[in-house]
Amino acid sequence: MTRLLRLSILPGLAACLLALAGSAVSAEEHKKHAAAAVEAPKDLVQVPKPPFSEGIFPCSQCHDPKAMAPNTTRRVLKDMHTDISLHHGPDSRWCLDCHDAYNRDNLHLANGRLVSFNTSYQLCGQCHGDKLRDWRVGVHGKRTGSWNGAKQYLLCVHCHNPHSPHFKSLKPMPPPARPEAIQIKNGGAK
Amino acid sequence: MMDQDACRPTPGAPCPSGENNGRREFLGAAVAAVATALTGCGKLSKEEFLQHNFRELSKEEVLTVIERLEKEYKEKFGKDVKVANTPALPGVMFGYALDLSRCIGCRRCVHACVKENNQSRDPEIQWIRVLEMEKEEGVDLQHAEQYYNPAEVPREGHFYMPVQCQQCKKPPCVKVCPVGATWKEKDGIVVVDYNWCIGCRYCMAACPYGARHFNWGEPNLPSKDVNTDTHYLGNRPRAKGVVEKCTFCVQRTRKGLYTACVEVCPTGSRKFGNLLDKESEIRYVLENKRVFKFKEDLNTQPNFFYFYGV
Repeated sequence: MTRLLRLSILPGLAACLLALAGSAVSAEEHKKHAAAAVEAPKDLVQVPKPPFSEGIFPCSQCHDPKAMAPNTTRRVLKDMHTDISLHHGPDSRWCLDCHDAYNRDNLHLANGRLVSFNTSYQLCGQCHGDKLRDWRVGVHGKRTGSWNGAKQYLLCVHCHNPHSPHFKSLKPMPPPARPEAIQIKNGGAK
Repeated sequence: MMDQDACRPTPGAPCPSGENNGRREFLGAAVAAVATALTGCGKLSKEEFLQHNFRELSKEEVLTVIERLEKEYKEKFGKDVKVANTPALPGVMFGYALDLSRCIGCRRCVHACVKENNQSRDPEIQWIRVLEMEKEEGVDLQHAEQYYNPAEVPREGHFYMPVQCQQCKKPPCVKVCPVGATWKEKDGIVVVDYNWCIGCRYCMAACPYGARHFNWGEPNLPSKDVNTDTHYLGNRPRAKGVVEKCTFCVQRTRKGLYTACVEVCPTGSRKFGNLLDKESEIRYVLENKRVFKFKEDLNTQPNFFYFYGV
């Protein structure tokens, strides 16, 4: 299983290396590579699409570099994205630490390498390396499907909102009935 | 009704005519009468009364039994219930690991299990019991609460420990069964032959995990809620007066699927796999995490493990 996952990540790495090697590689081409990385292992391991808010992706539909020059000054956003409150180390980071100012439909690692939203676990893994390691072998996070065959796994962001990653509390389902609440009637319990 | 097929060696075959016929009919009727007298209820068919322990049945007999069961379920629920008889996969020993540092006690597993395994709904029999424990006390049953019901979980200062059948390597429940109606399969699942169980509940007394449950009344399972994908040793609908328990969803896992509780867990706390496969998640957990067995001092040797994934 581990082997399969590693294999699936290789094309992604290759794509990123390519992007690093020549700055001439356009964002378009990069996107293609990134897409290939996700599609390759489809029959072995499947990942659902990242959970974007409705209609928000691709980001470049608003963040068009020609129409709107990126403002890289750290600030509190007042006009857009006001619904996002950052509870993920807000003192030490802001939007453009993860989102790329010049390739809006991608994220970037600390070293500047672009990663697609489909492989955002690489970004999370920079700090949470132990979790990434456990996730790769299927111990951290949810896996469904077949214990001896094809599995579906989730990206980090399916369970942890990247802007506020603490796992959300849930309403528990009903508790068991107490014995005194169960009565026998006509040979059957009621 | 119960004597319709009495003279037929195989269902569907024509009734053999001859002098034996009268004798057979007489014997059939006599046996049915004895069955009715002995069990105190007229519901038990002659075939059911005469059925042997599942492990002693030949392949043909198993098929006949399954055919009868499917017919009975069709009559009772008006649905085609498929009763499988899938044997244990070779080279497989099922193991389960539950991450206590992730479980939030939401009870999704409890109810997914009920839905999957055709338990009685009212009163509801639940094979998984989630214990709310205090972080300050650790795993201590003196400070465990199973009826917790706050608006939201997890509650501050608490952790949650779901308990179900631990599929012990040395199952005390199997040891005490006076009729051999429960046993451990080759893939490590402890199963019950609901048709052979006499309802003495010795196994429930012997199980230190409270994992076995008794049908005190006729199980209340509405037709609309019946899961039609069943296994003889697993989730087929049960009758009044028999004991039932978690079977690691034998009807799913022997097909290669994860159990219902693994599938539903929103936190991914539940890990399931083959203990004999070095590449499996379960082996990674056992080799790399802090793992414990519940009530290890009793030497039941569970194939169910608890671990801390942090």
